[in-house]
Amino acid sequence: MTAAQTNPPAPDPLTPVLTRRWLSPRSWSIDTYEQLEGYQALRSALAAHPDQLIQLVKDSGLRGRGGAGFPTGMKWSFIPQGPTGPGAKPKYLVVNADEGEPGTCKDIPTMMADPHSLVEGCIITCYAIRSNFCAIYVRGEALHCIRRVRRAVEEAYAKGYLGKDILGSGFDLDIVVHAGAGAYICGEETALLDSLEGRRGQPRLKPPFPATSGLYASPTVVNNVETIASVPAIVQGGSDWFRSMGSEKSPGPKIYSVSGHVERPGQYEAPLGITLRQLLDLAGGMKDGIPLKFWTPGGSSTPLFTAEHLDVPLDFEGAAAAGSMLGTTAVQVFNETVSVPWAVMKWTEFYKHESCGKCTPCREGTYWLVQILERMVHGEGTEADVETMLDICDNILGRSFCALGDGATSPITSGIKYFRQEFLDLIAAQPAVARPEQLAELTGATA
Amino acid sequence: MTIAPEEKKEARPVPEGHVRLTIDGLEVDAPKGELLIRTCERLGIIVPRFCDHPLLDPAGACRQCLVEVEMGGRPMPKPQASCTMTVADGMVVKTQHSSPVAAKAQEGVMELLLINHPLDCPICDKGGECPLQNQAMSTGRTDSRFVDTKRTFPKPLPISTQVLLDRERCVLCQRCTRFSEEIGGDPFIDLLERGAHQQIGVAEDKPFQSYFSGNTIQICPVGALTSAAYRFRSRPFDLVSTDGVCEHCASGCAQRVDTRRGTVLRRLAGNDPAVNEEWNCDKGRFAFRYLGSPERITRPMVRGADGVLVETSWTEALTAAAEGLTAAREGGIGVLAGGRLTVEDAYAYGKFARVAAHTNDVDFRARPHSAEELEFLAAHVVGQGPEVLDYARLEAAPAVLCVAFEPEEESPIVFLRLRKAARKHGQQVFHLGQWTTPAVARTSRDTGAASPAAKDNLVRSVPGAEAAVLAELPEHVVAALTGGGVILVGERAAEVPGLYSAVSALAARTGAVVGWVPRRAGERGALDAGAVPTLLPGGRPVTDAAARAEIEAAWGLAAGTLPTAPGRDTDEILAAAAIGELAALVVGGLDPHDLADPAAALAGLREVGFLVSLEMHTSAVTELADVVLPVAPDAQRSGSYLNWEGRRREFTPALDASGVLPDCRVLDTLAVEMDADLFTQTPAAAAGELGRLGLGARTAAAAPSVPPVEPLRPAFGQAVLATWRQLVDDAALAVDEPALAGTARPAFARVNAATAERLGLVEGQPATVRTDRGAVTLPVALADLPDGVVWLPGNSDGSRVRSVLGAGHGDLVGVTA
Amino acid sequence: MTTPEGTPEANGRPAAPEEVVWEAVAQEPSPVSPVFDEVTRQRTKEIIARYPQSRSALLPLLHLVQSVEGFVSQDGIRYCAEALELTTAEVSAVATFYTMYKRSPCGEHLVSVCTNTLCAVLGGDAIYKRLSEKLGVGHEETAGEPGTPGSITLEHAECLAACDLGPVLQVNYEYFDNLTLESAEALVDALQRGERPAPTRGAPLTDLKTVELELAGIFPDLERSVEGPSTAPETVRGAQLAADRGWVAPPMPDAPPALPDLPEKKS
Repeated sequence: MTAAQTNPPAPDPLTPVLTRRWLSPRSWSIDTYEQLEGYQALRSALAAHPDQLIQLVKDSGLRGRGGAGFPTGMKWSFIPQGPTGPGAKPKYLVVNADEGEPGTCKDIPTMMADPHSLVEGCIITCYAIRSNFCAIYVRGEALHCIRRVRRAVEEAYAKGYLGKDILGSGFDLDIVVHAGAGAYICGEETALLDSLEGRRGQPRLKPPFPATSGLYASPTVVNNVETIASVPAIVQGGSDWFRSMGSEKSPGPKIYSVSGHVERPGQYEAPLGITLRQLLDLAGGMKDGIPLKFWTPGGSSTPLFTAEHLDVPLDFEGAAAAGSMLGTTAVQVFNETVSVPWAVMKWTEFYKHESCGKCTPCREGTYWLVQILERMVHGEGTEADVETMLDICDNILGRSFCALGDGATSPITSGIKYFRQEFLDLIAAQPAVARPEQLAELTGATA
Repeated sequence: MTIAPEEKKEARPVPEGHVRLTIDGLEVDAPKGELLIRTCERLGIIVPRFCDHPLLDPAGACRQCLVEVEMGGRPMPKPQASCTMTVADGMVVKTQHSSPVAAKAQEGVMELLLINHPLDCPICDKGGECPLQNQAMSTGRTDSRFVDTKRTFPKPLPISTQVLLDRERCVLCQRCTRFSEEIGGDPFIDLLERGAHQQIGVAEDKPFQSYFSGNTIQICPVGALTSAAYRFRSRPFDLVSTDGVCEHCASGCAQRVDTRRGTVLRRLAGNDPAVNEEWNCDKGRFAFRYLGSPERITRPMVRGADGVLVETSWTEALTAAAEGLTAAREGGIGVLAGGRLTVEDAYAYGKFARVAAHTNDVDFRARPHSAEELEFLAAHVVGQGPEVLDYARLEAAPAVLCVAFEPEEESPIVFLRLRKAARKHGQQVFHLGQWTTPAVARTSRDTGAASPAAKDNLVRSVPGAEAAVLAELPEHVVAALTGGGVILVGERAAEVPGLYSAVSALAARTGAVVGWVPRRAGERGALDAGAVPTLLPGGRPVTDAAARAEIEAAWGLAAGTLPTAPGRDTDEILAAAAIGELAALVVGGLDPHDLADPAAALAGLREVGFLVSLEMHTSAVTELADVVLPVAPDAQRSGSYLNWEGRRREFTPALDASGVLPDCRVLDTLAVEMDADLFTQTPAAAAGELGRLGLGARTAAAAPSVPPVEPLRPAFGQAVLATWRQLVDDAALAVDEPALAGTARPAFARVNAATAERLGLVEGQPATVRTDRGAVTLPVALADLPDGVVWLPGNSDGSRVRSVLGAGHGDLVGVTA
Repeated sequence: MTTPEGTPEANGRPAAPEEVVWEAVAQEPSPVSPVFDEVTRQRTKEIIARYPQSRSALLPLLHLVQSVEGFVSQDGIRYCAEALELTTAEVSAVATFYTMYKRSPCGEHLVSVCTNTLCAVLGGDAIYKRLSEKLGVGHEETAGEPGTPGSITLEHAECLAACDLGPVLQVNYEYFDNLTLESAEALVDALQRGERPAPTRGAPLTDLKTVELELAGIFPDLERSVEGPSTAPETVRGAQLAADRGWVAPPMPDAPPALPDLPEKKS
């Protein structure tokens, strides 16, 4: 067939790249990693000019895997270089391993099963951006990941992949594995930097952006674990190979974390653009055959989808076009037994708990929304509450300091958008309450 | 005109360094980097805000100031915080006045701010002057949709003895925490907890112990931080406000004095960008209750034959004083003015000495002083105004060296400027001192950065050796001062022989500008007004015949009437009085315990034949005086000070001034009784005359050249004493201020670890410092002093160094556990 | 004539309200509790040395003081403040921001039940409720004398990033996956009996203080603790399915392809 020559064959439904070593025994050890071509990419990279690597990653079209999807190569190229001015400052790589977005569970298995791909990615990235210090900020609750990454770093030092004059290249790099202490907001890159500097993890004003004024006010790249772990494969396979998966604007493989009411929840690495229908098929369909009601394409901060979105391509453009976001490809699947107002309440409680408190809309808005939703779920909602919630969300979305506030509105606005009648039915089924303080004993109602 | 206005506009070029943008349809040019909210202000468009403060770094936290912005013809997707966004060319901004989106966003944020805000405005101190209240009226909804449970906290929480926190009123704008971190540099308050539980607070073991904490009350845009001393005492709309000037130090802060029915209820920092910006220190803010102190003298008093002071009439008291002084004129009269006088009063004292007492025995220095100092002041300071060295130049200097000057304790606003310069422009602030004081740490080069303070800016010296150290200053300090550097020297330089001379020499060597920062508000003015033994008004030497002639002509005196010989200084006057070489003394606000040898000073006051005291409060001097004449506090008079810059700081009475007389008026009347005319009936008259005199011809006064002395070497069980006063201490004008006193820095005897070990001292345990006169016992704290040196606060918590020990900076003292 | 209005001395103090002198506790730092011994001090130095700027060591140091005392005490706050030359207010600000720093003494074990939406749907809420009733404690409360063997601090946690394995809980941050009411209860029973059941994923169970030391970045026995199960069937579902079906990523070139040319230097 002639078409095959111009259009390469479509890749297989699953394309293990990041997950390709996960089945190997002691996949997390350097011995296994090296047997499976580990640290080969590093050797190629060190032979290249750093700018070639930045160009390679640009060409590959790799986009940040932490949720925002910013082009990684472009981010690296923002780091000022040169012997004078801002380029003369030390530069830093900070890996965002503070995985905490509800539904998201891809970085933790990555760090547990294959920490060396992350470490190798860090070394290549640091070489590219001319950084001699890298911090991997791991969520504190992910203790075993911290051990695995820490051990991987030790092993890499022992083999000469870290430290002074790496593999005779003249390049020096130290990596510190840093444990967080329990704050979702630290997944926001500037909050993470403040936290790494020993402060409250509250987001910073941008500009200046981390690329010019990040860690210790020096040029800094902040990248997600999955992003950095993708780098060695890109060096080995090249940008064309990477682009043979996924779409033009969202190339490459991606770990989809399927959870909830499916038969076989788990991590599925597929080319970007797979649909929920395909994922459900791989995961054995809905659990016990109970129909799908709603789902998140990429964590709780991405607006809900319903059964009508089964065929939305799950890449950056596809999810956005359908009114949501790709986020972290944390596909949480909920069946018909789950109450939407209840689920929305739970998520809102989460955002209230994790709001950093810096800005008014997020801090006060989530405080208020939780009370309305708890009241509603406990049978004391009013019809006006639905409109009030939408208006509060309107006053938070795009008004808060960082994206946490925006994320907090997603479950509510999308929940009401698709399931307004369920909210109204819930309200109608309950007696009206004159005095809401009667509900004071409800858990969480009094902050 | 035929040219259409539009065409004119197009022709108008954008000024250099500016951009042109449109706000609510109005075209405006703004300097690059200006924040939108400032540009709006200049146009008269007020965007509501809470966290924004022009002197604090932008935060963007409250989100109240959202506006719509269009860049390059493309509207930005979200409303932007105008307090963090800088202007750009071609930007189109729509505030709440022209954008429904901005208006809705602001209304939404306001509603959210109010859901947890209590409706207690009627009992809130801030009610009536509250930005939240005002902006809720201008920007808020008419009702609230919030029907659920409000957040509550126990209240109030005293975060210090003078600042109270009502957390449920707080909108978490973080002005207070940003102030304490950025401006004061003493972050003892911070955000605690997270999210909806977030609140302002202090550590459990340490209150908000800052010299600048009162500013947080003033900049709090709600009633969350209130003053313990002012709480529930007044409504803002019942207050009468008067612009004033602080009397406590030489910084020269503008202030606002708020009174109600004849009582000063509070003082606020005035807004004077050239001097104190918008800040003042807690002493300036809170120490004013001396006005109503029970010790206040309200009626003249004359000592009767029975030795008891009896209240009497002005006429009788003035007559008694004049008679006594006239009789003593032959035997000699000494005039001790004190360091807290207004320029006008100091002028009156100087003129009184020359015209009524026929003497140059007049001195304003009520503290350790020296002849070297007078030479230094004559050569470097007198007549110098802000055009030579002012706050702006100080801030812009690449390097500053503080000599015998602990800025935070002795001139807090100078400290704030130094810190600002260090933080914003990397100014190198060096300190010639004994240990890394809080001020040294907080003016270090990387102030404000994440790293600990680099403590390379202390030039350490054994007390007494400062002059020698200055002569051999490290090369990098000399290099930094060369080319636009500034040397700030404090009045304590007089305690180290040769130090003023060394400062002169260093200035000559480096080209650095010298600024003299005395501790008291009146010293700088008294110097220029001629209340010194060697100088007439305007810096004219008493020994200069031409200068004398000039003054004689101006004062309407016969030629040759003015005394020709330099007078005695304060110590010499008191010594002469003690042995009968002077027959009478006229003493203004002077505390003998502040002098180098309080015992000798008291002897002089006690032994002198006739003693007239002009005072506000009963004091060690009034107790000995034959005639006591009450004088007016600043709140009840007009006048002016010269601050350390030489800037004239005028003020008017905040309270009814009838019935109380300023010193210049008292002296004028007294002189009349002695057949002399001062023409200083009013401060305005005195100021007018002094102004007409102007500066004397600048004869290049020779800089002092006193050689450095060898510092004393401590023997076994001894140490060399280092000492200076803390800002909040047992000072006379800070009496009766329990709230203020509660934030005084605790008094410690400080030594380094090696010295502590040698002397057998233990951190936290008491140490006793003694001389043959007495002993001071304080707990020990370790600091990086030189070996064999002990530091004591000058007048805190029983550590009254001069009066108890009779010793001072550089003297040997015994130290035991 | 002087009116009484104009003379403050005649008016005396402003009338009402009663003068209140607010007490704000002002303690000067006393020497830090000896509980932070030489070993801790040595570790403190080691931790600080890892970072380009010392303040970055604050989060690890708070974990370190928690490993000594089982919570962040005022002594611990002062210890960190002294080590990093910060004010205690600055350290308190950080310590109270993060959920993993506990403000009161904790049990030997910390049991964190995920009650975020997905785990809650799958049974997390019920598990938390059951454990709470069983232990007779609420969120961040401790059953048993804190620090004694078998004592348990319970908390409901936000998403623990193991959603494919829900409902999950953590004991001392080691994962126990795919729980049921019964298995959760049995786990807590075992903990109370002083047993240390093996986590589904993670190192053999120790206690909260021990893992806090690891969170501080001090690993006394990393070679051993790094072992332990980590791969649940769910983790490798996709990888296994691909292997079973012979699905692979497109093949990489045999040798790494040539890197792109150096971009043109912008002048």
